[in-house]
Amino acid sequence: MIIGNLPFLTVGILFLIGLLAILREKNMIKIAIGITIIESAVNMFLIVLGYRLGGDIPVHFLKGEVDAMVLPTPQALTLTAIVIALATSALMLSVIMLLFKHYGTLNVDEIRRLRG
Amino acid sequence: MKPLSVVVRTGCDMFAWFLVVFGAYVIIHGDVTPGGGFQGGAIVATFVALLLVAHGGEKVLGWIKLDIYNGFLTTGLLLFLLLAFSGMGNAFLYNFLAVPEAVAQAGGAHGIIPPSGTIALMDIAVGLEVAGGLTLIIMYMFKGSIMTNISEIGGETGHDNW
Amino acid sequence: MNWQAHLPALLLAVPLLGAFATPLFSLGGKTLRNAWFIVVSTFVFLIALALWHEVSVSGILVYVMGGENFALTLPSGMKYPVRIILEIDALSAFMVLAGSITSMAGAWFTLSYMDRFTGISRFISLYFLLTVGMLGMMVTGDLFNFFVFIEIASVASYGLVAFWRDKPQAVEASFKYMLLSQVAAMLVLLAVGFLYGKYNVLNMGALGSVMQMGLVEKFALAMLFSALALKCGAFPMYLWIPDAYAEAPASVSCLLVTVSQASLYGIFRVAFSVYGLSMTNSVVAWAMIVLGLLSMLIAVSMAVVQHEVKRLMSYHAISQTGYMLLGVGIGLLVLADPQALAEYGFTAIKGGVFHIFNHAMYKGLLFLTAGTLFYMTGTRDLNKMGGLIRKSPITATMFLIAAAAIAGLPPMNGYASKLLIYQSSFAIHPFITVVALVTSVLTLASFVKVFQTAFLGPEHKALVNAKKVPATMIIGMGMLTVAILLLTFFPTWALSNLVEPAAKALVDQAGYIAAIMGGAF
Repeated sequence: MIIGNLPFLTVGILFLIGLLAILREKNMIKIAIGITIIESAVNMFLIVLGYRLGGDIPVHFLKGEVDAMVLPTPQALTLTAIVIALATSALMLSVIMLLFKHYGTLNVDEIRRLRG
Repeated sequence: MKPLSVVVRTGCDMFAWFLVVFGAYVIIHGDVTPGGGFQGGAIVATFVALLLVAHGGEKVLGWIKLDIYNGFLTTGLLLFLLLAFSGMGNAFLYNFLAVPEAVAQAGGAHGIIPPSGTIALMDIAVGLEVAGGLTLIIMYMFKGSIMTNISEIGGETGHDNW
Repeated sequence: MNWQAHLPALLLAVPLLGAFATPLFSLGGKTLRNAWFIVVSTFVFLIALALWHEVSVSGILVYVMGGENFALTLPSGMKYPVRIILEIDALSAFMVLAGSITSMAGAWFTLSYMDRFTGISRFISLYFLLTVGMLGMMVTGDLFNFFVFIEIASVASYGLVAFWRDKPQAVEASFKYMLLSQVAAMLVLLAVGFLYGKYNVLNMGALGSVMQMGLVEKFALAMLFSALALKCGAFPMYLWIPDAYAEAPASVSCLLVTVSQASLYGIFRVAFSVYGLSMTNSVVAWAMIVLGLLSMLIAVSMAVVQHEVKRLMSYHAISQTGYMLLGVGIGLLVLADPQALAEYGFTAIKGGVFHIFNHAMYKGLLFLTAGTLFYMTGTRDLNKMGGLIRKSPITATMFLIAAAAIAGLPPMNGYASKLLIYQSSFAIHPFITVVALVTSVLTLASFVKVFQTAFLGPEHKALVNAKKVPATMIIGMGMLTVAILLLTFFPTWALSNLVEPAAKALVDQAGYIAAIMGGAF
């Protein structure tokens, strides 16, 4: 049973690693990497959901002799999620660059002008 | 950014335009092979990234005119919306150019318009747009990394200096 | 018949066209770009008005994107809907109306407020994308599409909050907002993945018809509820709101209020129409009531001590969200019990839903007046302002109307919705009513303080040459004031024509599902 559920366990472990990175790290770039790890974990979860045992590619006239196909919808969902993750990562890295220009440090504890 | 050695620069010069061709191949065949609009557009955007890394930033800033990529961005987006609105007779985003399966099997699906209809054309529009957009992101991030004239705290805010 | 049926798609396509075509129009000069901005915003408002009228006449509207016929939800004998379907019932039309009014008011305000900054064509594109994301969240009938629109609105708002990039506080606020919001969006996607993996449908109506409560569904509900509560500013996860709302430009703050309400709408849609009567215990309802109470009290006590105008107002936004959660939570608590529902549950839902519209109007107006104060004096600190009523009596009047509405003074519209919530919460436990009343009193206290400090009193020496308020800013604020005054003078019409159909649509899970599945439910 563990072998069959191994992809889901991996998703869970990756998600926890990403969450730990966001909560405990002090360097802003490492926090951004933590968010990327969480996004990769969720994308992997979506793809693994669509797998059917012994299935082939979900194109009707290109698949082999096997009768079963993997589900194509999670692949479309994952593509969308990857594009969104790319846009957010690009924006996050640009904002980190601007913060470094302003404050001169990449440490999260030192950029606390907003209080109260 | 300083340019890298002559070996790297020669390698880059040999392969740079092939990246664009490969990216265009992935975009155009998006309805039958893996890939499509976003993936092909990202490959085309690595053209500028390769130039930036190999030749150094100042030279590339002289070569690349950002208005072309702005033009790609806007053209791709407006083409996508045009194709979406054209199916308005039935519904928004309706695939009004699709060829039904029976006709395609009987060999009636040749020519410029592919049998998948608006899917392939929207792929091309999205590929154009993503290529322009990602290139703009790379160029603006590079310009941001060499920016030195950020105003002091409390100064006049929000002015574009480049 | 033709164009009215395509209204749901036009609602999303027109601001999208506005966002994409703005670079073209800004090539023609500033006036052309401003004209395009105003024309598209007004067009969106007119479409929203026509849509609300159509829904109140013909019931739930359904639109299939990309199908052969726009109403063909189950093509050729399939059992579950296969395309992305927009489903607009009375609650969606109600919220779309509120959102389009705030978007139009913010658009008029931006014309002269942001006049001296460059990069405004990018600002306008991002503003339209934020509007599309918000409207899409409110009209979609598909869970994954809901996630995509959440992300469109979030990414646009990250850019808009950090718009004044020479100010380090704005960039810092955007970074912290980005972190929290991304984790929340990933939790939403995980929950959608769970539900899809178990039932193989993504459509909200189809999911509601096959849902049976189990461990997976409880987990998905918990993740959806906490992620959407983070995005709308409920109690433990509200810390990003004061930073983000205060550092954004004023018209963006005005629109961000309604974007947060759209996440609140998401909670209601998931709890009432997707889960609905299959929820076996009342944990979610009690969670909503408790979080609402805590948000109300804690946020308003932190608001009283603030001395920066927009930060104070964003704390009040959090506390008013508590009212909405309280009202609808009471309704959710008694959903399975028809007698209690008819007695006080339905009144509570009406109060909560009406408060959403009122809050969008008066909170938007308050943020726009704070923007006017910043424009006139160049500072947001209350200690440096004084006696501004002589410089701009119109702004002072509008601020007074909005402050009376938020404090719940009779006969303003805030009083009407708060009265419905007080009445129904008294039937659950009197302590809830006491907390709500204390919050009202503290709200009144803080706004009296703001009015007296900023507008009354002797004039500060530094403010002798404060700038005059331009006409387009007054028009923008005036639209929201007109909406507040209309709701104040015609409360019975508003309650029976605006709020009651919306509240009825919320509790009617069977009707929501039947519109998609064609009555086979």
